[in-house]
Amino acid sequence: MNRLVFYTALLMLLNVALLLPQAKNDRGSARAPLRVGLVFDVGGRGDKSFNDSAYRGVDRAVRQLGVQAEYIEPGDGSDRESGIRLLAAQGFDLILGVGFIFSDDLYSVASEYPNTRFACIDYAKFDAHGFVEPPPNMVALKFREEEGSFLVGALAALTSKTGVVGFVGGMDIPLIRKFEAGYAAGAMYVCPNCRVEAGYAGVTGDAFKNPAKGKELALAQYASGADVIFQAAGSTGLGVFEAARQSGENGIPLRLAIGVDADQWNEAPGHILTSMTKQVDVAVFETVKAVKEGRFRGGVRVFGLKEQGVDYVYDDNNRSLISDQARARVEALRLKIIAGEIKAPTERK
Amino acid sequence: MNQAGNRTLERIVPPLWALLIALGAASMLIASIGGNPHQVLGLLSLGTWRSGYGFGQVLFKATPLLFTGLSVAMALEAGLFNIGAEGQITVGALAAALAGATLPVGTPHWLAIFLCVVASFAGGALVGGIAGILKAWRGSHEVITTIMLNFIVRAAMVGLGGTIFLRESVHTRPVIEAARFARFSQWLSPSLFKGSAVNDSLFLALLVCLLVWVFLNRTTAGFALRVVGASPGAAEAAGISPGRVTAWALALSGGLAGLGGCNFVLGYKYYYEDGFSGGVGFMGIAVAVLAFGSPLALIFAALLFGTLSQGGLAINAVVPKELVDVLEAVIIFAVAGTKWPVRRMLSRSSSKISSGEKT
Amino acid sequence: MSPTDIGESTEALGCAHVWKRFGEVIANRDISLSIARGTVHAVIGENGAGKSTLMRGLYGLHSLDQGSVRIDGELIETPSVAASIKRRVGMVHQHFMLVPTLTVTENVVLGDEPVERGMLVLSRAEQKLIELGERLGLARDPALFRRRVGELSVGEAQRVEILKVLYRGAKILILDEPTAVLSPLEVDDLFAVLRRLRQDGSTIILVTHKLDEVMGLADRVTVLRRGETVLEVETGQTSAAQLAHAMVGRELAKSVRTTRQKTISPPTMRLKVESLSVRRSDGSLALDGVSFSIAAGEILGVAGVEGNGQSELALSMAGISTPERGRVRIDGQDVTALPVIARRRLGMRYVPEDRHGRGLLLDATVEDNFLLGVQEHYRRFGFVDRRRLEIDALERTKALDVRPPDLSAVARTLSGGNQQKVVIGRELAGRRDIPLSTLVCAQPTRGVDVGAIEKIHAEIERVRKDGAATLLISAELDELLALSDRIVVLFRGRIVGELEDFDQFAAGELKSRVGALMLGAA
Repeated sequence: MNRLVFYTALLMLLNVALLLPQAKNDRGSARAPLRVGLVFDVGGRGDKSFNDSAYRGVDRAVRQLGVQAEYIEPGDGSDRESGIRLLAAQGFDLILGVGFIFSDDLYSVASEYPNTRFACIDYAKFDAHGFVEPPPNMVALKFREEEGSFLVGALAALTSKTGVVGFVGGMDIPLIRKFEAGYAAGAMYVCPNCRVEAGYAGVTGDAFKNPAKGKELALAQYASGADVIFQAAGSTGLGVFEAARQSGENGIPLRLAIGVDADQWNEAPGHILTSMTKQVDVAVFETVKAVKEGRFRGGVRVFGLKEQGVDYVYDDNNRSLISDQARARVEALRLKIIAGEIKAPTERK
Repeated sequence: MNQAGNRTLERIVPPLWALLIALGAASMLIASIGGNPHQVLGLLSLGTWRSGYGFGQVLFKATPLLFTGLSVAMALEAGLFNIGAEGQITVGALAAALAGATLPVGTPHWLAIFLCVVASFAGGALVGGIAGILKAWRGSHEVITTIMLNFIVRAAMVGLGGTIFLRESVHTRPVIEAARFARFSQWLSPSLFKGSAVNDSLFLALLVCLLVWVFLNRTTAGFALRVVGASPGAAEAAGISPGRVTAWALALSGGLAGLGGCNFVLGYKYYYEDGFSGGVGFMGIAVAVLAFGSPLALIFAALLFGTLSQGGLAINAVVPKELVDVLEAVIIFAVAGTKWPVRRMLSRSSSKISSGEKT
Repeated sequence: MSPTDIGESTEALGCAHVWKRFGEVIANRDISLSIARGTVHAVIGENGAGKSTLMRGLYGLHSLDQGSVRIDGELIETPSVAASIKRRVGMVHQHFMLVPTLTVTENVVLGDEPVERGMLVLSRAEQKLIELGERLGLARDPALFRRRVGELSVGEAQRVEILKVLYRGAKILILDEPTAVLSPLEVDDLFAVLRRLRQDGSTIILVTHKLDEVMGLADRVTVLRRGETVLEVETGQTSAAQLAHAMVGRELAKSVRTTRQKTISPPTMRLKVESLSVRRSDGSLALDGVSFSIAAGEILGVAGVEGNGQSELALSMAGISTPERGRVRIDGQDVTALPVIARRRLGMRYVPEDRHGRGLLLDATVEDNFLLGVQEHYRRFGFVDRRRLEIDALERTKALDVRPPDLSAVARTLSGGNQQKVVIGRELAGRRDIPLSTLVCAQPTRGVDVGAIEKIHAEIERVRKDGAATLLISAELDELLALSDRIVVLFRGRIVGELEDFDQFAAGELKSRVGALMLGAA
């Protein structure tokens, strides 16, 4: 009994000692900076793509605009809304949700907190009557993925030696089908006789985090003749890179892959033809800047080639993989799209 | 010290120690990654018990844990280890969502709720029952079958998703208004629980807790279940068929887990959403193990894990969320590890005192 | 007086002023003992008297609240199993501490495995065991050591326990109720072994409640009652009657059965068994065409050496195992294919031989144990009628003097005798809705003390008078002779002999005839 009391007291004492208020590290000046909260998608920070790109945008705003930022990684489905709400309740000025999956959650919280500004990347809320416009205190950041995809599709077809190019999508939803549609259209535009192989990893959120499935799909497409594959599949795409990496030696001809969202050269150096970048960081940074400068407006904002919201990578790394002719041809296409002479489709025929 | 007092201490002290140890471990962990324990734990408590919203969220998160914890605990009473609560709650939630969305709009509130709750139970019971029947007929070990059923459910959802989910989403159609549980913020205290998703399914959970206790301790079927769990040999001699009891016990256990889906579907989002469960099925195992078969302790355990889950979100801005996972593990280890030494100390001290009195 | 003064030169094991308390119960109250080297010292007492507690304390299985232990004159401050083993003290437990899935040899060497270059070498251990078993008459068949413990009969397992201790070279043996599970012949064998060990200079402490064993073997005896020493005496200077009196604290009734007249004539056969054959899981025949019938108000005793089909007979009567061939009828109804519950509905009651494995829920309360098997009887709209159950259970615990008389006590905390009283109290209770028609009663007094035996026998006699047909399977020949109207002897799954009308035999003749039949020598 005495020992029981003794140990209990000891434990309590230890905790008190550990929890004694320590000297607080001074958190900057008196002026209240703009507070920005970012809630990641499940899968979260470190996906080397979408979420990280959003993080870079906020991070840039922290460094260049002097805003204060907090990040939340949700644990499960209900944490998404909780996370947003937590930030809203703490009086954050701008709250960003990364991914279409936030559409419903952000929509409902935004309606409850009309004085807080919200931003949803890839917003897509539909009801029985179709697309639902975001509330006035919320901006929907959408991208013309089909335009960027069109360019990499053209590049793929121009680079392919077999005349077959592949596409691996994550979850089979209209958002991802936009990638495929643009990609296929770009390829066919420059090479009407080419063939486009397409496959999806699944129909749930898990389809974005299944590298094994990605590799399986990629290997099948390579086997049926494709020598360039474009992936728009989150971390599932890492499997596509894995498949590409296992080529170019031991008698296997070089197989290429095209990255998505961010420059993914480092995932399989020498095998990444290019990456169709979705400048989420640009969109995020622009949104923070708009709030900072007091010109935030709700509604849908679309980032295309014209707004430099989408692009493809051409730098020292992959210069050797892309011929100058191909490069010139694709740049010409870019101008045509910006000028509106070519319209990249969002649905594949 | 009398025996009853000892037994109470034996119940209370180990979790208390576990909590203190976990708290100490958390403080050290936070300090080791350069954080300030005082600040972080302050944030944690503010994000949970010290604010209306946080408290509501703790209750909200504890609700499905009560169901899955109960599910696992009930199976344990029958000597079965149900690892399949995750798959069972998934099917339960989907069943409730589909039932609620199919009902005609004019359905009376009580009937709609009743039908959806029954659907969720049936959904979970179906999954649990498969494992039960396999065990009773073929002797397949329930740990294997329930785990495999988790994967099967997962795969089935992937297959189903395309046909039942709304456009550009990973969720189903919403259930009709009548099939929705009222939120606390709607009737209890709109200001206190503002925004929190805690809803009346919490009462369903508490009611089911009570019913399960009554079932196990007051009905002959519950007795049969406990006998099979305690001694299959004695069950045989008593004319209780262990196989049959195993089959329906796992179905029942699955049904309880399935009910957990109501919290999310009927009380929060009003639709089934892919990946909603976030591991509450597995967390239920921890809850049940922590509770050591006591219904009251089950409630505390569910609240504890609900607190950690919500608290993890609240402190996510300053520390990585993995820290909370580590904390959960520390608590489980600590409870398991302190029970024995506490009992030892109690028995030693009590016998010393008493024999001292008499000599 | 300092403890070391007590007979240092000749004492093997001793203790002074030992106290041990479990919660409210004082199990040992100021007990001092001194056991001389080279003797057999019996410690007797009713179940719950504190015998096992004392032995476990001496051996170091649990801490003493007070008091000290001496081994070979050396004062052991904190007794522990390790310290005991080091000083060559060995204990054979009442409940087997063997691993069923391991072989006999593996069990014996467990904890002290012979290892050569990191590999387990069993052959030498086995050789040593064969020698040991041969020399002491503990195991004459070397094949025994290759068998798995799970396949052994209770008696064989008991011998393995003893071998295990001897293998470790124990010179002081504590045997906790060693004969409880043995047949009379096996008991004789064991005693021969113990005598041989005593001649070799070993010291043996025999915990028992069987008075004839004490008188026949022990040099000195200590009687415990309710945790206290009430008598310590040389066996030569006492009598069984005196010991019994000291144990129970009162006079015991003589044999329950005085008359054996047929109360009903012509007899109506309530239980009828026709050429019953049962196979074991290994494919061998456990019962081979067994037929018998039992009339209302009749007790049929089944004698036999352990492992000759008695266990299987009880299980197939109860409905737990299905026979390969044959018919079983209760009151004319064919129940061969009926499960346990259906037989219970016909008024069959069953006292299993394995009370821990089948008779009780050790971790449940006494009250819940009174519900086991009769759950249908207490069902009201699906609920357990706790009020009625409590009333009945209280009445039965009182009638059988279950101690403590507390329905909320956990069965595991009860002594063996009191546990058995709970089983008997439940199964033999009179129930208005389903009167007891047939009683399958296997080893009703195994490991049970004299006082409890008296109560249990009286209960069996009571239901007999009420018209039940009783199948009494027992390894205790005295018990069978005292209770049965007729005795059949099972040998290798067949009935090899039947005896009735016991009065025609002279006193010793009956016993020796049954004994001969049990060996298949008729």
